[in-house]
Amino acid sequence: MSTAPTGRPNRLFRNLNAKVASIPMILTAVVIFVGGTAWTVVYSFTNSRLLPRLNFVGLEQYERLWAAPRWQIAVENLLIYGILSLIFSLVIGFVLAALLDQKIRFENTFRSILLYPFALSFIVTGLVWQWILNPDFGVQNVVRSLGWESFVFDPLYNPSLVIYGILIAGLWQGTGLIMCLMLAGLRGIDEDIWKAARVDGIPMWKTYLFIVIPMMRPVFVTTLVILASGIVRVYDLVVAQTSGGPGISSEVPAKYVYDYMFLAQNLGQGFAASSMMLLTVIVIVVPWAYLEFGGRRRA
Amino acid sequence: MHDRVALSAIPAARIEAGPQGPKPRHAFSRRNIFIYGTLIVVSLYYLLPLYVMVVTSLKGMPEIRLGNIFAPPMEITFEPWAKAWATACTGLNCDGLSRGFWNSVRITVPSVIISIVIASVNGYALANWRFKGADVFFTILIVGAFIPYQVMIYPIVIVLREIGLYGSLSGLVIVHSIFGMPILTLLFRNYFASMPEELFKAARVDGAGFWGIYFRIMLPMSLPIFVVAIILQITGIWNDFLFGVIYTRPESYPMTVQLNNIVNSMQGVKEYNVNMAATILTGLVPLFVYFVSGKLFVRGIAAGAVKG
Repeated sequence: MSTAPTGRPNRLFRNLNAKVASIPMILTAVVIFVGGTAWTVVYSFTNSRLLPRLNFVGLEQYERLWAAPRWQIAVENLLIYGILSLIFSLVIGFVLAALLDQKIRFENTFRSILLYPFALSFIVTGLVWQWILNPDFGVQNVVRSLGWESFVFDPLYNPSLVIYGILIAGLWQGTGLIMCLMLAGLRGIDEDIWKAARVDGIPMWKTYLFIVIPMMRPVFVTTLVILASGIVRVYDLVVAQTSGGPGISSEVPAKYVYDYMFLAQNLGQGFAASSMMLLTVIVIVVPWAYLEFGGRRRA
Repeated sequence: MHDRVALSAIPAARIEAGPQGPKPRHAFSRRNIFIYGTLIVVSLYYLLPLYVMVVTSLKGMPEIRLGNIFAPPMEITFEPWAKAWATACTGLNCDGLSRGFWNSVRITVPSVIISIVIASVNGYALANWRFKGADVFFTILIVGAFIPYQVMIYPIVIVLREIGLYGSLSGLVIVHSIFGMPILTLLFRNYFASMPEELFKAARVDGAGFWGIYFRIMLPMSLPIFVVAIILQITGIWNDFLFGVIYTRPESYPMTVQLNNIVNSMQGVKEYNVNMAATILTGLVPLFVYFVSGKLFVRGIAAGAVKG
């Protein structure tokens, strides 16, 4: 506890208990978050292979990284997955939230059903969808056995479609969360807005599109940041569902990092790739943080 | 409790508030048919994978090879479950998921306890006993929550190796405590900050100190937030794959890693019924937590969504 000011106690020992309680936080913030990040970025400029070594080679690792077909595929996949996942999550999440917000019965039941996949891990999600999308037993086989013999639906075995197969699983797992966030946003809208819109004879879809959604801007922004930082990290889902295959056609950056650090024993490549991931997140988060906090502080 | 930081955009309590106002009059209006119809179709789609998992796990292999995955089992068998639990092979050993289950228990229980103890005391210090510089470290912690884990995993390997914990369960517990810290500290700090300040002042006047106020006043009053934190941590840590695969050795892999190894192992004939039984078994703990906790889960994820 902070001692009563008798004389001039050493400032370091004032409020000592609070400082002791904060030691884990300070260590985590300084050593792991700042120190670890800086360490990785510094070593991404070295030619470390099996062990980290401070033998600087400039941007060589980055040049090699961007020349690697596997990394190019990983980035392309992340872009496709990311953009589609953002659009579909927001649209599906919002529409479901709007439906649940119509003063319906069994709202809790519907919400529980739509949200339960979010409690499951990406490993479980990936394995279930791997099974459902299995061409020999899953959807393709079922449709064929109904008589449509030439039906083809094997996204996980088709290099140009595999990322969409992963997207299906990712959306199943994640849209419930977005729906919940959107529902919270909708419930935050003043009832009087709806009454006023109805009095003015504005159709419902117009009220949503031109009045309610603009009012929910902060919710959309927060959801966007949550979605984006989750997308950049996508890893387990791919490992479980396709292991990056067929071939390397469903690689993602997070998997590239892991494989180079722990399997290929090419640490420099892993560090360079993870630094690129960091850069992506900075590009997403900094403008948001600036809008969210910078603006408020000045106001 | 969310008023102070960026997450404020989503007032979690609003999710819980039920529908208000009078009931719609016409039960079978076109509008109602559209709303309920859509919701029922979507719900069926969301339930489908769970149904397929259960159905597949109760069939024998011959039936799976012949039939369709959506058909209910003609002959129910629990053998796949027994095999998934006790004798399925991962390539290294053949004692099934049970080993992974107990590893996950031994990882999750201490991780949940340690991370919540640290974060609650820390959040309390940040809310009520602020000292110079505290906010700087707290800001770093929150910003750090957005850094991709991939950037920090190798430095942590080095730190753990230096203190001799790399590959051990204790090492993994430390890692989970570190990465759970931002969101949990935020959660507790905001909760304690929302408590009336008079309470704290009155206790100070009565001569209670840092720990006295924490144990005798704050702790008994903050049970709900502890439950939210526990739900958040149990599901998060149980579902983790990345840290488990990096920071433990094969004999102490958590359940998710072992599940992946069982299902995606290359050798032998694929036994889809065993795979699906193993998948359900792994999902059972978080599903149980989800269905038991109900609204508190929603509150937890609304608060913890940043964790991603």
